[in-house]
Amino acid sequence: MEVEDIYIKLKEKFGEAIIDLVNNPPSDPFINVSPEKLFDICLELRDNPEFDFDYLMCLSGLDYVDNLQVVYHIYSMKKKHKIVLKVTVPKENPKVPSIERIWRSADWHEREAYDLFGIIFEGHHNLIRILLPYDWEGYPLRKDYKEPEFYHGIRVPY
Amino acid sequence: MTTTKFVDIDFSKIDSDRMRLNVGPQHPSTHGVLRLEVELDGEVVTNVIPHIGYLHRCFEKIAENMNYQQVIPYIDRMDYISSMNNELPYVMAVEKLLGIKVPEKVEYIRVIMCELNRIANHQIAIATFGLDAGAFTPFLYLFRDREYILWIFEKATGGRLLFNYFWVGGLANDVYPTFKEDVLNIVKQVRKTNKEIEELLIYNKIFIDRTANVGILPADVAINYGCSGPVLRGSGVPFDLRKAEPYSIYDRFDFEIPVGKGEVGTVGDCWDRNIVRMREMEQSCRIIEQAIEQMPDTGDVQSAIPKKVRPPKGEIYFRCENPKGELGFYVVSDGKDKPYRVKGRAPSFVNLSVLPEISRGYLFADLIVILGSIDIVLGEIDR
Repeated sequence: MEVEDIYIKLKEKFGEAIIDLVNNPPSDPFINVSPEKLFDICLELRDNPEFDFDYLMCLSGLDYVDNLQVVYHIYSMKKKHKIVLKVTVPKENPKVPSIERIWRSADWHEREAYDLFGIIFEGHHNLIRILLPYDWEGYPLRKDYKEPEFYHGIRVPY
Repeated sequence: MTTTKFVDIDFSKIDSDRMRLNVGPQHPSTHGVLRLEVELDGEVVTNVIPHIGYLHRCFEKIAENMNYQQVIPYIDRMDYISSMNNELPYVMAVEKLLGIKVPEKVEYIRVIMCELNRIANHQIAIATFGLDAGAFTPFLYLFRDREYILWIFEKATGGRLLFNYFWVGGLANDVYPTFKEDVLNIVKQVRKTNKEIEELLIYNKIFIDRTANVGILPADVAINYGCSGPVLRGSGVPFDLRKAEPYSIYDRFDFEIPVGKGEVGTVGDCWDRNIVRMREMEQSCRIIEQAIEQMPDTGDVQSAIPKKVRPPKGEIYFRCENPKGELGFYVVSDGKDKPYRVKGRAPSFVNLSVLPEISRGYLFADLIVILGSIDIVLGEIDR
């Protein structure tokens, strides 16, 4: 199924929650969705036999200075089509519903995005840091990140 | 008359039988610096909590401060066992953003190098897996053969493990004159050793007893957890990106996708994951032979390298079939000469997350075998 068809089908079902489709090659086309409905949209993508998206390839965080984004690359093993979803949240209150219960691969990916970008995934069963030490302060992949001077008495920048 | 005072204790809530054991981070069986927090009931594993991040080198943050070509050496250091395969998705992602078509000869050299590195990677995977199960001799045989492959890499690129050989738009340099003969000799040698390994290790009764019916991963669980590569194919799913969405020139070659069939145990056990790697080496040999035959002799490998790599605004997710699974790079460009964001989707990172699911209920000794069968490299998990 082509991205346009998926977009139209989703738009019919969810209306306002599907914001727009951005398609300018050679970039991958992506669909902007609103964070409130994200869980339902993902559930529909997985469980509707027309879509049959059973494989979450990648989940990445992105920092666009004023706001944060979460990008979902989803693929269907059986139908061999893929789609990219994007969710934009404000930097002051970066809350996105967790989709860990839909695709279990999101578990560690969401922990990574929380660790490096500080995006809060609501409903995640164990949202703790994964790559950095548990008591690290700040979110390093944010563009305005300043590294701390010392960590447990060890000088950080050198 | 004395009265006995009963204290109301719910004995079922006291966890006196469970023991927590720490494995790693410096332990030979963890294949790097991985720490496992294991909860044991006697000798039976009831839960495993992997703690990762000991090798975190801020690859993604560093990549934002480098220009596009300078990122490639850092990518080598992600999965340092199969660096050639690592470089491919990144350079192809940037080439796709730039709209570059690389010369035929470059494509063929890339495929040959990638398949050679796939063989080298699987040799390590099988060797260390045998080591985890207690077989030492196959380890020596396979490491000897891997050395021959590394010699070819060293002659062609100057590096044994970290190459910086694939550049955006081409290669660092052309291959040396006797490259073809060397590669064909290696293929012969790999086939000979693999026959020995099959007798020595794969169909060995002790090895089968240790690995069959252990760590069974059903296909639907594997897909839901995002597993890829031999871990997914061991569960009987014939999914290989080289066939599913052929990148580079993989559509020109005739090869098969080996899957786990549960020959000696259940589909998706440790033995199945291992046999998939074993048979993939034979398929890689076939691809190499075809590629050597079709490869053009003339051609400038640097003709398409752009003077300045400055992709237009855009973003791309490009994935390739790494020896360990699907390696994808999500590259976002804002039109400058440095990437705005590079995210590596590492196959080991995702494959490791399935470990707690498949190791519950097995013995502690089996946990080490299960971990070995997933074939992880911590360099790419922690990045």
